[in-house]
Amino acid sequence: MLTLQAVLDGLLLGVLFALIAYGMALQWGVMNIINIAQGDLVILGGYIAYFMYLYGIHPAWGVIVSPIIMYFVGVIIYKLVINKVVDRDLFISILATFGISILFMQLMNFAFGADVVLANSGYGTTMLFDNSVTLPNSKIFSAFISIVFAIGLVIYMKKSKLGRAIRATAQNARAAKILGVDTEKVYAATFGINAALCGVAGALISITFTIHPYMGLPYTIRSFMIVIVAGLGNLPGVAMSGMGLGVFEEFADYILGTEFRIGSVFLLLVLILVYRRFKLSRKREYLK
Amino acid sequence: MKIKNIIITFVSAIAILFSTSVVSFAKVVGDKIILGAAISLTGKYSSNGVHTQNGYNMAVDRINEMGGVKVGGKTYKFDIIYYDDESNPKRAAQLAERLISQDGVEFMLGPYSSGLTKAIAPVTEKYGVPMVEANGASRSLFTKGYKYLFAVLAPANLYLDVAIETAVALNGGKGVRIAQAFEQDAFSQDVRLGILDAAERTGSKIIIDDKLPKELNDMAATLAKVKAVKPDVLVVSGHTKGALTAIRQIAEMKVDVPMLAMTHCDAAKLSKQHGKNSQYALCASQWHKTLTYKDDFFKDGMTYAADFEKLFGYDPPYQSAESSAALLVFKDAFERANTFDQKKVRDALAATNMQTFYGNIKFAEGGQNVDKPMVLFQVMCDDAGKCENKVVAPLKWASAELIHPIPKWSER
Repeated sequence: MLTLQAVLDGLLLGVLFALIAYGMALQWGVMNIINIAQGDLVILGGYIAYFMYLYGIHPAWGVIVSPIIMYFVGVIIYKLVINKVVDRDLFISILATFGISILFMQLMNFAFGADVVLANSGYGTTMLFDNSVTLPNSKIFSAFISIVFAIGLVIYMKKSKLGRAIRATAQNARAAKILGVDTEKVYAATFGINAALCGVAGALISITFTIHPYMGLPYTIRSFMIVIVAGLGNLPGVAMSGMGLGVFEEFADYILGTEFRIGSVFLLLVLILVYRRFKLSRKREYLK
Repeated sequence: MKIKNIIITFVSAIAILFSTSVVSFAKVVGDKIILGAAISLTGKYSSNGVHTQNGYNMAVDRINEMGGVKVGGKTYKFDIIYYDDESNPKRAAQLAERLISQDGVEFMLGPYSSGLTKAIAPVTEKYGVPMVEANGASRSLFTKGYKYLFAVLAPANLYLDVAIETAVALNGGKGVRIAQAFEQDAFSQDVRLGILDAAERTGSKIIIDDKLPKELNDMAATLAKVKAVKPDVLVVSGHTKGALTAIRQIAEMKVDVPMLAMTHCDAAKLSKQHGKNSQYALCASQWHKTLTYKDDFFKDGMTYAADFEKLFGYDPPYQSAESSAALLVFKDAFERANTFDQKKVRDALAATNMQTFYGNIKFAEGGQNVDKPMVLFQVMCDDAGKCENKVVAPLKWASAELIHPIPKWSER
């Protein structure tokens, strides 16, 4: 039963992380920007849901309100900062988003205070196998909403005009521009969509975990890892690697102990990178 | 003529040097004793930093109103120079240096948190500046042989051992099975050491000993293990995040344990954020307003709480109470030393033996307060869902009876 509990906990956690990573993969792929402020956008989204909760609105509505507000926050950040670094090298964009991250942390701390807060959904618990496996409904809700948004996004990218423009820009920005795609608008929309996804994830995190102005970085790192494992432009891969990492983490926790949880994930990351390199070097030999 | 000019320049230079040094090294200006404090007014500790500052300010005003400090037949008033350390240990150490060498402060009050106190203590020690601190409980502060550091609070390793002792007593004196999860930071690991000592002393067994990473937000795996092995006591310490996460996930996963003991319930506003889900949690606290210690300035805990609320609009957390107590200790030491000589004030501090509204204060060799036990309160809620913290241990101070074992989730 412990194994089943670990697998389910890991999957539910992983899906949520995958949603954040999804946004990161999208804008990394399209704009070639590694967004260090990803986690801070998540936390800001969480605060939106938390404030709704404080004013007596059920925090679950945050999954609708938060992405709408965050979309505009994303577009504003793009217009103010990101559009100036989008064609520069990766290092400049990392520095710029790192700056945004620090600014957001301080602003959130200033505006919302340094207390750890959470929003209670009151969703109760699903118990399986005579109470030996318990699944908080808030986590099930989070996973469900994450999946809905992820599927929605895949369909949107395939079917809509903007979605096609985004994909075209990701493949070759110059060619897309020549063919009449307004890449500037595409970039702004992509950053906005990424912020909106962070908004959804943040709202879900305020219901399932806790939020705090300085808690963004772990989410950035986790999504960064998921994207690296999955590779860019591989959205189903992001979902799989998110869930896989979630389950792996839970098992590492059971078998090795909680203190090795994060460490073992990093170890896995190193192994995957080494394996990738190994595969690539073989490929190169073949090409020779 | 030339020589005369040179002499005048030389004399005036010396005069200027003297006058500036007199100003900058005036720890006592006129009738004011100036204390220095680096406090976290911004950054991640800012909430508790403000609690600390409010505690200091309230005590300064109260002592000044009630006649101030009498030294050498003259009456002095307290004043504090504050700097914001931005919750950053490096900054705190720089500010301590600045307070002492630039502002000429000769007596310091502590910052908020063990980490920042650890950063400042070497500086105050180097300059021989007595520091009374109220918010650094880590045991490592008191094992370094610091001579000028005095803490009015009980060290971290004593936070939860009362819980283990209570559990053992309720088990008929037999050892209990303990599951514990502690964050990997200096404070929580000190609390853990206290539990290890208590377990050894009482013949208890530790069956789960998890270390929670700082960035972790999820305790599901630990709690699943707890559910499987059914310990007698579950102990959790991971600052406010740990307390909030534990209560949320224990309720969600319906984990039944006869006793749940934790730290930082006050700071986490557990009962406000979690309501009835936090019911029955046992929380370690340095102070509670219902304790019956007394002094001349704040009378007792209840009066202190009422006065504090009138001034600042909220119920005082223990961080404020202990900060106020630090000023009472300074006043007492100055009057006994009857001088502002740092060495003599330090010796007077070391010989402190007094009662304040916050508790008895007597310092051990290492500077920690050994005369004030920790208290445990239990979150108790009425049917309407209104929750209150009631002191349940040690029995001498109890205002309610401990509810043990915690009712199962299926029966709540």
